[in-house]
Amino acid sequence: MMDTESDMVTIYVMGKRYRVPADLTIMKAMEYTGHQFRRGAGCRGGFCGACATIYRTRGSYKLLGALACQKIVEDGMYIAQIPYSPAEKKTYDLDKLRPEAGVFLEHYPEIARCLSCNTCTKACPQDIMVMDYVQAALRGDVEEASRLSFDCLGCGLCAVRCPAEIVPYNIAQLARRLHSRYIVGPAEHVLRRAREVEEGKFEEGIGELKGLDVDELQRRYETRM
Amino acid sequence: MRLPYYPGCTLKTTAENFEISAIASAREVGIELMELPRWNCCGTVHALARDDVMHYLAPIRNLIRVEEMVGEGLVDEGRVVTLCAMCYNTLKRADAVVREDEEKMQKVRDFMERETPYGGGVEVTHLLEILKDLGWSKVADRVVRPLEGLRVAPYYGCLLLRPRGFGIDDVDNPQILERLIEALGADVVNIPFKTRCCGAYHIVQMKEVVAELSHRVLDQAVDAGADMVALACPLCEYNMGSRQEEVKRLFQGFEPVPVVYFTQLMALAFGLEGATGFEQNRPDPRPLLKERGIPLEVS
Amino acid sequence: MRLKPENASFKAKVAELSGESLDLCFQCGGCSSGCPMTEEMDLLPSKVIRFAQLGLGEVLDSKTIWVCSTCFTCEVRCPRGIDIANVMEALRELKLRSKYDRVSLDSLDPEELRELPQIAIISNLRKLTA
Repeated sequence: MMDTESDMVTIYVMGKRYRVPADLTIMKAMEYTGHQFRRGAGCRGGFCGACATIYRTRGSYKLLGALACQKIVEDGMYIAQIPYSPAEKKTYDLDKLRPEAGVFLEHYPEIARCLSCNTCTKACPQDIMVMDYVQAALRGDVEEASRLSFDCLGCGLCAVRCPAEIVPYNIAQLARRLHSRYIVGPAEHVLRRAREVEEGKFEEGIGELKGLDVDELQRRYETRM
Repeated sequence: MRLPYYPGCTLKTTAENFEISAIASAREVGIELMELPRWNCCGTVHALARDDVMHYLAPIRNLIRVEEMVGEGLVDEGRVVTLCAMCYNTLKRADAVVREDEEKMQKVRDFMERETPYGGGVEVTHLLEILKDLGWSKVADRVVRPLEGLRVAPYYGCLLLRPRGFGIDDVDNPQILERLIEALGADVVNIPFKTRCCGAYHIVQMKEVVAELSHRVLDQAVDAGADMVALACPLCEYNMGSRQEEVKRLFQGFEPVPVVYFTQLMALAFGLEGATGFEQNRPDPRPLLKERGIPLEVS
Repeated sequence: MRLKPENASFKAKVAELSGESLDLCFQCGGCSSGCPMTEEMDLLPSKVIRFAQLGLGEVLDSKTIWVCSTCFTCEVRCPRGIDIANVMEALRELKLRSKYDRVSLDSLDPEELRELPQIAIISNLRKLTA
């Protein structure tokens, strides 16, 4: 990382101007400027959805969304963090539900307000077709809603932007749960392994490992295949 | 002939019987209904406010899908067929507005930046219009089981006929369903309330009012000697059919009256017994059909 | 007819939002006689138009505008070509756009929501929520 002037860019963090190295992510740039993340930082690897950020760039009216730990800064970027977007997850008993449109309408009736405006899709940092999965749920197509929302991190950027005040990721979560519970069914390989454990298939092996000293354990670990 | 087909949300859930019977009977008269890919809810009602742009996105997006289908050669014409009366009206009205209002069209295009701009080349139509254009004799030709002795009262509801300029037939005395019923060999029972509103969306919070309005139509139909009511709107079917328990509760002596989609009668008359969808209808029309000598071999 | 400024501005808003020529109405009552929902209304449809013509904002407090089922029977009957249902919608919009919801989603029965066709819920919310 070179600190010469030509490799620095100007960013605005919640209205305050800073010069930061051009190759940093938003998160690293904010920490470079002395901000400390107490909320809004998690895995730092683009997977947990904690660091939802909205930003604009100079000269463009577009309001965009990103994950601070993934997005590299740009010159003239105006940044604000959304460490939490208000949302209520409804309580439901998965055992009592069915994979149908009515289930979504029952728990999240606001889904009926969807305007198909696609603002959610435009806000998504994971390039998910959010509008499409909301519409799939509204039609009762649980499989499609589950498939399309697979990469969702629950970052909340779609919920913040939605003009109909829907929280798409809650819909997605319900869809995926219904899909796996009622359409895909239990994971056979997991159940099989659990049975094997209960039957004591691994008792001997684990017993042996428990009896080893630290050096032998270390050696075995380092030479594992 | 392959035509683009817009189902609407309800045709995939409570009105599956409408879709199943429509696709099968349309095929019988040479129309292959090709479902739009990636379609979205049309919004159910047209946004009347003059300054509205947001509520145009949903219907226009579907019309873009139609144009995409045409461009990819998946259909023979850019005439999108609807079954649900509310979808028909919503798509048609939105289309009419943007074609006349250049500014609104531009706003819609700008907002939907990720879509190919809507070219304004789609015609929104209803299956009944297609059948009328085809000619009733062509429909009658496919009948293998004339519905003789069945007395059917056609019911149009609101959005197939109104407002002026957007109807599929004459606003005061439409005859399109009557011609269809005759072509299928059944008897038409014409009732004055065939164009009267069933209460529509008020079923959500004014259930009793809807029951009252439904009762008036059904009562008039029965008084005029009808065995059943045939219609084209899934909301009307729900209000006047599935919710008859409510009507029974409020009106002493009310006997259930089967309410069916016109396409279900077509499927029955065409001998497509597996595609009538009657098992989904409440009340069940099959006992009555059996009584009239039109039993279903496949139950 | 000369209206007070606040009435004139209300009337202008209704006319602009609906695009209808309110002054064409000569109170024939054709819309009211055809309307299927009048039993649930406090003001008849023709009265609502009269209120709008006079720019009387209190028409926004009527039950009528929410009871209308947008069936357009009034529109086809009007001898002067006014779309009364459209005026009803403009009045609803004026109320809804000031952060008003006629129905709150938590008041809806969950069991009903599960069983109702989507078309009913969607159109109901479109007409009654902001």
